[in-house]
Amino acid sequence: MEWLTKFPTMDTGALRDLRKGIDESFRGFTRAWGDTFEWFFEPLRVFLIQAERLMLNTPWPIVLLVIGLIAWFASRSWKITAFAVVSLIAIGWFGMWEDTMRTISMIFVCTVVAIAVGIPVGILMARSNRMQAVVNPVLDVMQTMPSFVYLIPVVMLLGIGRVPGVIAVVIYAIPPIIRLTNLGIRMVDKDVLEAADAFGSSSWQKLKNVQMPLALPTIMAGINQTIMMALAMVVIAAMIGVQGLGQPVLQAINNQYFSIGMFNGFAIVCIAIIFDRVSQAYGRRLQKHLEIVHG
Amino acid sequence: MGEKAAIGIEVRKLYKIFGPNAADMVARVEAGMTKTELNEKHGHVLGLRDINISMPAGGIQVIMGLSGSGKSTLIRHINRLIDPTSGEVVVGGDDVVKMNPDQLREFRRHQTAMVFQKFALLPHRNVLENTVYGLEVQGVDRDAQVKSATMWLERVGLKGFEKKYPNQLSGGMQQRVGLARALANDAPILLMDEAFSALDPLIRVDMQTILLDLQKDIRKTIVFITHDLDEALRLGDRIAILRDGNMVQQGTGQEIVMTPADGYIESFVEHVNRGKVIRVETVMQPGASTEGLAPIAATALLEDAAKQLIAGNAARLAVTDPSGRPLGTVDMAAITRGMFPVQAA
Repeated sequence: MEWLTKFPTMDTGALRDLRKGIDESFRGFTRAWGDTFEWFFEPLRVFLIQAERLMLNTPWPIVLLVIGLIAWFASRSWKITAFAVVSLIAIGWFGMWEDTMRTISMIFVCTVVAIAVGIPVGILMARSNRMQAVVNPVLDVMQTMPSFVYLIPVVMLLGIGRVPGVIAVVIYAIPPIIRLTNLGIRMVDKDVLEAADAFGSSSWQKLKNVQMPLALPTIMAGINQTIMMALAMVVIAAMIGVQGLGQPVLQAINNQYFSIGMFNGFAIVCIAIIFDRVSQAYGRRLQKHLEIVHG
Repeated sequence: MGEKAAIGIEVRKLYKIFGPNAADMVARVEAGMTKTELNEKHGHVLGLRDINISMPAGGIQVIMGLSGSGKSTLIRHINRLIDPTSGEVVVGGDDVVKMNPDQLREFRRHQTAMVFQKFALLPHRNVLENTVYGLEVQGVDRDAQVKSATMWLERVGLKGFEKKYPNQLSGGMQQRVGLARALANDAPILLMDEAFSALDPLIRVDMQTILLDLQKDIRKTIVFITHDLDEALRLGDRIAILRDGNMVQQGTGQEIVMTPADGYIESFVEHVNRGKVIRVETVMQPGASTEGLAPIAATALLEDAAKQLIAGNAARLAVTDPSGRPLGTVDMAAITRGMFPVQAA
């Protein structure tokens, strides 16, 4: 009766051979293609370094002023702008300015990459049901697969450092922007699309004049989600060598420094709140004319 | 842009069947299968059956029917927003059905403009930017776009509203934007899909007046869809009535009111205020002596003729054409017969 109490498994030897086969072929792939991948991601590395340099080399009052201005023009709200400036001053006063600048530059790069890749994929998904059927399960896997699992092949291919960190963060954070771009375009009012057709719009004109502008508030919600998820990955990215607020947190875990962990954790929370409120307020302003007031 | 000579529309043997094997069903429908039979036996929906209409250039052709009659489907065949299952739609000598995508896009840009029941304005653009849309798609330069749009906005009474957004306007004003957008396109054919149906009755009459005034100048071929007989009679030079995808009757408003083709149309027509629809020329006795009688225009309505008879305490009026030439006479008995049709008792 052993077959009832113990789940029948593959032969141990076969299982070991299978794992060995997969591992070895991937290692071979890494050796053969590692350099190509590094070459491919070189522009990303340069972009990352430049962004970080810009944030670190710019005098802090100017950074503060620019962030304050962005917050004001995006949200037109004194409360949000004041919160952004005051919390950044507090972060600097507690000695976390440099790490915060590194994290902001990393989040910025990740968001740009996610937008550059995610919006076109979202558009393609909205245009074809087959594409949607293929991409959706991939996104499901990306969102549920524990991030440590895909860190392994990324690190094997590209080693430890900023670039693999950004790739891991983007894999984790890109699904919402793709999904919401797709959703936003599919939700565009059919009557308005028909009107665009009736006036002889080409599909590019329809995308540019009708679908993208009307989907924009939804896409903004996706960008907001992407930023939040990227921030949630800061500590995990620090494990493979991404500098910023994540590294002190890792140190704090290893050495049981409660206060360091708290300070850096709160700095991450503050940045998250700033990004979230500013981008949401901007999204709301975009929607101002999209609501139907009169029947 | 080119010359703007009005062009006519010929719809010939048009069939539209909705369903996966629509093309195979045409023969069955041609052989006389009914809409219900087709749906029950084959799961296909009959949209339009053997539609033949000749819409004259520069006139208003009304297509009337209740919901589900296929009228909105029919108008969408003219600019091929819907592809027919079989048949021809010939506009200015070209069969729209045979156009390839590029030709079709050019055709839609330059030959047709459309006004929609639910306005279908771009909510993120202000009134001016909505009005230039057709010209923008055509690739007309910006100055010309703005000049034309401003002119048409003024014509429909929206001067000063250029910077407003659609959601800041009432329904009537939004539809004026829709009308200005279509007119700015400067196409010889104007397609109006229940354009005024979503508006309040008073505003609807206003919009009809605007359209009739404009048509005196623009002389476009207008295809106007409505479910409202009063609107059809007021606007239509010619009226076609659809029922369940079939063409039931075509003719002028006078013909439809005076000689309804079947009981269905009769039931429509019986609620019409005939005194406000039928013209004197329809009921006059042609050629009778007009010596010493007060004149009345041939296109005057029965109601006005009756009022004139009572006011002048006269027995007869002389019916005259626009140049004043007498055509015949009309008396109270003829007017009364026109207003109250005699049912075979």
